[in-house]
Amino acid sequence: MAIRVTSPLTREEARKLHSGDSCLISGVIYTARDAAHKRLCELAAQGKELPLDVKDAIIYYVGPTPAREGQAIGSAGPTTSYRMDAYSPTLIALGETGMIGKGKRGPEVIAAMKEHGAVYFGAIGGCGALLSKCVKKAEVIAYEDLGAEAIRRLEVEDFPVVVIIDSEGNNLYETGRKTYLENFT
Amino acid sequence: MREISASQITDVVARLCVEANCHLPRDMKACIECSHDAEPWAPAREILERITENYRIADERCQPICQDTGVACVFLEIGQEVHVNGSIEDAVNEGVRRGYTEGYLRKSVVRDPLDRVNTGDNTPAMLYYDLVPGDALKITVAPKGFGSENMSQLKMLKPSDGLQGVKDFVLKVVEDAGPNPCPPIVVGVGVGGTFDKAAYLAKKALMRPVDQRSAEPFYADLEQELLEKINALGIGPQGFGGKTTALAVNIEHYPTHIAGLPVAVNINCHVTRHKTEVL
Repeated sequence: MAIRVTSPLTREEARKLHSGDSCLISGVIYTARDAAHKRLCELAAQGKELPLDVKDAIIYYVGPTPAREGQAIGSAGPTTSYRMDAYSPTLIALGETGMIGKGKRGPEVIAAMKEHGAVYFGAIGGCGALLSKCVKKAEVIAYEDLGAEAIRRLEVEDFPVVVIIDSEGNNLYETGRKTYLENFT
Repeated sequence: MREISASQITDVVARLCVEANCHLPRDMKACIECSHDAEPWAPAREILERITENYRIADERCQPICQDTGVACVFLEIGQEVHVNGSIEDAVNEGVRRGYTEGYLRKSVVRDPLDRVNTGDNTPAMLYYDLVPGDALKITVAPKGFGSENMSQLKMLKPSDGLQGVKDFVLKVVEDAGPNPCPPIVVGVGVGGTFDKAAYLAKKALMRPVDQRSAEPFYADLEQELLEKINALGIGPQGFGGKTTALAVNIEHYPTHIAGLPVAVNINCHVTRHKTEVL
């Protein structure tokens, strides 16, 4: 049975989620990829205000395709997360509580998640058409010049994810594979 | 000499960009559905069901299967009896520009790898030319996503590393990639040639349908053996565990130097897309 998660997500709520939990996220989340993360961290380093409220925010690593008439967004599945590893600890320290992507994370990100209380969610990579149906509204709020990489504010409803790494550092990529191998080999 | 106009090439490339991005090839669909039935791990089966649901939605809505609509890899097999009226390169790029703009596809190309300014129209294409006998022009458009491209590797093995060295390297690349390239993956392997030729062969291997084994029994057996070994790793769909880590291993090979054994492994995701048309 999937757990309903509301975004913004407090640290307290983030800490209640466990690796392997299936969740449905509803509420407001933000998109950012490589280029936007770089700009956000440059602003943070200069002590300047960021174009989004990072506190309790869930950031989705996605660069959608353009929306057709009548669509909120085009195809919108996750991109590979390790490219954001250089930037995530900064954003987590500023209050980010959730990240949605796919693929492995580095030890520095997991350490920051444990220290501050954040979770790493996985959405199914390569399922952009399916996932786009859960996005009800999308609006560019910063870095329009980056095109697909601009920061968007998304309103999502029952957006399906799995907790890959929780705030204690438990990792589904390790446990899922181990459990499968123990049961079927 | 047979005349083919540049505008004809542009029209075909534009259409193939859209069709390749919105409709998964039939062999891929059949292979995913077959893997689902053979997958013993329930969570893995569920992911394969979502993947199937996704490409059905993409088919119905003519919407990109994946938001990474890729860099456009365009393979041209040009008959020696063909004369193209105008610049082939310009014609292909105009097709990519039109296809990606009119087809609501994502523009994912930057003009310089270090200054990283987006070209805004997904050009230029990655062009591969082959001169072949005859008077036909075969165009294949293969949008290549970079989640899987980034997980690809090349190694210059020693001749003494032999067959075992090739097998070990292919398995190492898949293991290193883990969940990152959106498994279940398709593994393209290029063996032989030079540094660059091996990489080209690996990419070309990904153009072969996943249900078609190498015509040479030795390589067909090697493809099957590597597929079984990869699927014993337990990585599974999306890396959450399971049998279905790869859908196919396709190997292409070429003569090489007495001192070398180049091996390239080009990884593709479960959205392995390509569409061909012959003019």
